[in-house]
Amino acid sequence: MEIISVLVIVSCLFLLGSSRLGLTVRIVAVQGILLGLLPIIRSSGTIRIGVWVLGLSGILVKGVVLPWLMSVVLRHSGVRREIEPFVGFGRSVLLGVGLLALSVWMAARLKLATEPVPLIMAAMALFLVLVGLFLMISRRKAITQSMAYLVMENGVYAVGISMSLDFPFIVELGILLDVFVGVFLMGNLLFHLDREPRHAEGEGLIELAEHPHPGTVSLGEHG
Amino acid sequence: MSLLLIVIVLPAVSGVAAYFIRAHRVRRLVWGATAGVHFALSIKVSLSGVPVSAGAWIGVDPLSALFLPLTSLLFLAATLYGIGYVAREPVAPRPDFEDGRLFRNEPESVFTGCLLLFLSSMSLAILSRHLGLQWVAIEATTLSSAPLIYYHQNRRSLEAAWNYIILCSVGIAVALLGIFFLAMATQNGSSDLTIQALIRKAGRLDHGWLGTAFIMVLVGYGTKMGLAPLHTWLPDAHSEAPSAVSALLSGALLNCAFLGILRVQQICVASGMAVFGQDLLILFGILSMGIAAVFILRQADFKRLLAYSSIEHMGILSLGVGLGGIGLFGSLLHAVNHSVVKAMLFMTAGNILAAYRTKSTTRITGLCRTAPVSGVLWVVGFLAITGSPPFGAFVSEFTILRAAIGQGHWIVATAYLLLLSVVFVGMGGIVFRMALGSADRPALREAYSASLPPIALAVLALILGLWLPSRLVETLNQAALLLGGGAR
Repeated sequence: MEIISVLVIVSCLFLLGSSRLGLTVRIVAVQGILLGLLPIIRSSGTIRIGVWVLGLSGILVKGVVLPWLMSVVLRHSGVRREIEPFVGFGRSVLLGVGLLALSVWMAARLKLATEPVPLIMAAMALFLVLVGLFLMISRRKAITQSMAYLVMENGVYAVGISMSLDFPFIVELGILLDVFVGVFLMGNLLFHLDREPRHAEGEGLIELAEHPHPGTVSLGEHG
Repeated sequence: MSLLLIVIVLPAVSGVAAYFIRAHRVRRLVWGATAGVHFALSIKVSLSGVPVSAGAWIGVDPLSALFLPLTSLLFLAATLYGIGYVAREPVAPRPDFEDGRLFRNEPESVFTGCLLLFLSSMSLAILSRHLGLQWVAIEATTLSSAPLIYYHQNRRSLEAAWNYIILCSVGIAVALLGIFFLAMATQNGSSDLTIQALIRKAGRLDHGWLGTAFIMVLVGYGTKMGLAPLHTWLPDAHSEAPSAVSALLSGALLNCAFLGILRVQQICVASGMAVFGQDLLILFGILSMGIAAVFILRQADFKRLLAYSSIEHMGILSLGVGLGGIGLFGSLLHAVNHSVVKAMLFMTAGNILAAYRTKSTTRITGLCRTAPVSGVLWVVGFLAITGSPPFGAFVSEFTILRAAIGQGHWIVATAYLLLLSVVFVGMGGIVFRMALGSADRPALREAYSASLPPIALAVLALILGLWLPSRLVETLNQAALLLGGGAR
């Protein structure tokens, strides 16, 4: 479990530093596979079908189907790179190290990890959530935002595992299904976004901001 | 029990069926029939009052007995309105009336299917007793309604749907984290997360974890409920969605998210932490009212005007719960009033939009002459939503005021009254300018299917102001008791 956690953390740092969208999608796929393995490893010894089904379907959904969908969207849109993120790539990595330190501190402070789970895993889980949130607000491309959502969702999932929560099978399956449909819909919208000439870059969704009234200052609702 | 399952499964099944039905008439018939049957069943379920069994994952308690028929009623009204609406919508691509680009509507089968799935997920969100299951259902409401917002496949609705799905999904992910933390509060991870079980061991819950969980759920579901400052998706989604959908989003969906917060507050109350959440709820409530008032004042788009009014009223709901005591009764009653009136207003807005082909508040005058039914409904709706007597919202808003004064929250009471009057003046100026004045075009014929549902809802709003059925008062009181409040 330590090894997987470290691998996930490293992959997040890559994610923060990479400008190539294709690589972003592949890294998120690897994360999905690694996280799918966690519950299976945790329950090693006891053989429970539910755990295996969930782990494997998690790997299938987050590691294979959704990344494939996103790469199809990417190929269609012809967009390759993230342009001018609000926070530069070098700085993002530096900030990522800061976030990592914060998550280790929080995990230790909150005693997030329960017995067989190592502390580094709880830290990894929080780190994923924070990186997801950070990517969501600091990147312009709609496709990066949907990947960021997936990273964050992975993080929440990992928090659940590190706290050794035992959610009923149906609920876990429902959560996975929701994530799947969510990203699927986002991919679908991206296809449409792509048809709009101005929005091929998926940036600057500002059309709906409050119209400034003549003689008054716009309140910049979407700021 | 089996009846409850039907309430959830029936719309899901007919939603999937609607997707595959080719003939428009048959599909609309299935849609209408499902809405009717669902309403009848919801009434029966909430009147039956079966106690929730210990391990049950779905069940009816006073809170769900209040929200289920309300949701179903609005869906029925939206269905009657919506069937006529989709029938009038042209199939061929047409230019957008704001930017002139061509767009084409979503296939009707997708629209109807998603709408019915939306009803199913809302019913599940209201009836579920397991917090994890409720989370799944609330996220499902986001997913099934995103395609509804994108019904007019133009650029603005695409952006609105995108903002909606991203913001709400992220918000709800935070809520899931909150639910995990709530599980931690039980001190043993493999616990039963049904509300009954959590309340049973409420005394042993760890307060640190429970507090953190409450904050995260409040932020998470608060995003979806439209509490400021995480409300930014709401005006876009409500103004771009077709009006029948806006009516449901505002009248039914926001209540589901509200219920998500109430469930956790219910557990906080049971473990003696009622006060902890109350301050936060008051803060979020006043903040939402304030931001809504600022944006209402000089709003140039009448559907956004209604959307900001929804944010204001979500603030009032949050404030009422935060005040506790009779405020709880007021807040729950206000949820009913707001849903009925806001749905009616959105439907009227849809009719105005169809007649004038603009959402600009400044380009419409003489509504009462051009389209008398819509004009009168628009004014009546304004009076009802701003809490003028004799409409229902007056009673509920006044009850919340009494709660604030009764507990000596003078600052809150002053801010509340001030913001209510700002909204009244701001909204009134816009509404009356639209409704009165000389007509700039010949009188229009208004379709019955488009004006009857809002008329019915307006009558209901009036009745709720003059006379509350004893059964409703009883349900409201019991629901308020669940949240630690007293009777009115």
